[in-house]
Amino acid sequence: MFDIPVGDFFEFLINWLTDNLGGFFDLVTVTVKTFLVGIENVLLFPHPIIMTVILAGIAWYVSGKGVGIFTILGLIVIEGMNMWDGTMETLALIITAVFIALLIGIPTGIWASKSTTVESIVRPVLDFMQTMPAFVYLIPAVLFFGLGEVPGIIATLIFAMPPAVRLTNLGIRQVPEEIKEAALAFGSDSKQMLFKVELPVALPTILAGVNQTIMLALSMVVIAALIGAGGLGQPVVTGLQQLDIGLGFEGGLAIVILAVYLDRVTQSLGAATQ
Amino acid sequence: MAEIKVENLFKIFGKNPQKALPLIEEGKSKDEILDETGNTIGVNNASFEVKEKEMFVIMGLSGSGKSTVLRCLNRLIEPTKGTIIIGDEDVTKVSKERLLEMRRKKMSMVFQNFGLFPHRTVANNVEYGLEIGGMPKEERKEKAYKALEKVGLKGYEEQKPSELSGGMQQRVGLARALANDPEILLMDEAFSALDPLIRADMQDELLELQAEVNKTVVFITHDLDEALKIGDRIAIMKDGYVVQVGTPEEILTNPANDYVKAFVQNVDRTKIITANAIMRKAPTVQASKDGPSVAIRKMEKTGVSTTYVVDEKRNLKGIVTIDDAVELKDNGGKDLSDIINAEIEVAGPDTPINALLTKSLQSKYPIAVVNEEGKLLGIVDRATILAELNENGSAQSEENENKYQLSK
Repeated sequence: MFDIPVGDFFEFLINWLTDNLGGFFDLVTVTVKTFLVGIENVLLFPHPIIMTVILAGIAWYVSGKGVGIFTILGLIVIEGMNMWDGTMETLALIITAVFIALLIGIPTGIWASKSTTVESIVRPVLDFMQTMPAFVYLIPAVLFFGLGEVPGIIATLIFAMPPAVRLTNLGIRQVPEEIKEAALAFGSDSKQMLFKVELPVALPTILAGVNQTIMLALSMVVIAALIGAGGLGQPVVTGLQQLDIGLGFEGGLAIVILAVYLDRVTQSLGAATQ
Repeated sequence: MAEIKVENLFKIFGKNPQKALPLIEEGKSKDEILDETGNTIGVNNASFEVKEKEMFVIMGLSGSGKSTVLRCLNRLIEPTKGTIIIGDEDVTKVSKERLLEMRRKKMSMVFQNFGLFPHRTVANNVEYGLEIGGMPKEERKEKAYKALEKVGLKGYEEQKPSELSGGMQQRVGLARALANDPEILLMDEAFSALDPLIRADMQDELLELQAEVNKTVVFITHDLDEALKIGDRIAIMKDGYVVQVGTPEEILTNPANDYVKAFVQNVDRTKIITANAIMRKAPTVQASKDGPSVAIRKMEKTGVSTTYVVDEKRNLKGIVTIDDAVELKDNGGKDLSDIINAEIEVAGPDTPINALLTKSLQSKYPIAVVNEEGKLLGIVDRATILAELNENGSAQSEENENKYQLSK
């Protein structure tokens, strides 16, 4: 039989990129790190009680009383487990990763919705990004960006971006033909068409994509902790390494509480636009 | 003056439309061309004119190309070949910028399923065209509110379209189209999605509105009754061709081919055919200058026993019979007004045939058709009415035919 040296080729490619694009990766590292630390500082600056009130207030306002009360209780449990700092670190990591994912994903989705060629190229790339085991992203991420939060964020955003692209594309393509015709018939140019008609009409679908992206990002928290991203993944990884069930469970529970909070709040945002 | 003039318009859908054009000229059928080139013919050599401020209806079944023709007018669909002159511009040749300008100012469109923007309030929907044209907020809001008032939606301005019923949603669509005060309204099956009662209401209101705003309207429908009710003139389309263009009466009384004939067969002619269509020239004398001798001579010449008396403006005064005229002449009288019988049945030119029949049964003389000023336009006799009705229903044909013969 014969060998196809896929692994060798990929290794060569990554090495070549590391050697030749080192400056670029350093720039990305610094930018992402600065952004992340900024958000972390904002989230960790207020006393946990004040932060709890703020987060519960948002949940109450957006999703109603039930989610508000859940938020208060959940955050009390987190603080009681001494997981507050880890939770805020994870929240900051997710905000950063999701922010970048949307920054790339939504315009890509818009582009794909406008061109069938682009869509047919983007689609397999997204399939690849989503089905490739998430652990695999860790290796090049570490090679490019070293250990720590930044490669964690990069691996997270690659894994979490596809729904944002897919649902933006889908949302815009699903805008009823007659509504688009109406916009054209009254003399919209392509910019007015996009911003005044297509994006607003597609908004609920796009927000469903945002919600999915956030959920996928959360699922990466533990994996990212393997390369030193810290946050709530850390106690889970430590618990696994030291067979400390209690610690691992506490970290897992905190992630679940955070996930429920983010899910409910973003879902309500989507529903409110309909 | 023709506001819209469409000449030799073709629309061919598919990858290589130019390849199909010569085949059309060879006279190949739609199916043959589809087989050979994979192209579908949407519009095949359509030509028609729409007059200024006219309600022009394009009628056809689905697939007839009627909606495609409409979309060629504002180039939502690019025509393959042909010219479309609106005002003094060829729409098919104007620049992109000018086209946007024309869509914003000159013509607007009303859609079958309303095409409203679900994320905008009713007023924001109506002001959309003005907004993208760059009109300041206050001004366009005022115009939107005015347009909504015109269509009877005052008080609903700040609701979302989804909160309104279908009929009300289409009023919003209509208000949106009127808000920028265009010269031309393009209405694509505008009432087809509404249930029958609401639909009839909307048709009436459109006619009322049209009397007030006076736009040039191109109205697409698949419903002949709607076409006959709304249209000043109707174009009938089939398989991409314009089969016939004419007034509702021309189409009913003189269908161009079997297709149109089959179409109009089910129409209730008694409501559609009016005095205007079946009246004939009235024998008249002028009261001021003609005496009894002239009247007698005219009646003898045309072989009738009555004649209509008019004044110098052709306003109807009444009728004189030959017997009265002879008697007047024998007595040495000169003035016809002494023997005028003013008690005759009159009807307007728009009176439908079923009303004419009732009138004709109450009078032994033909019905005089007069306009609003009282000017005599023509007369309709009972025989003509019965003959027209007879053409409609074939069941009682023989009996009526005999009657027709007798009364003639």
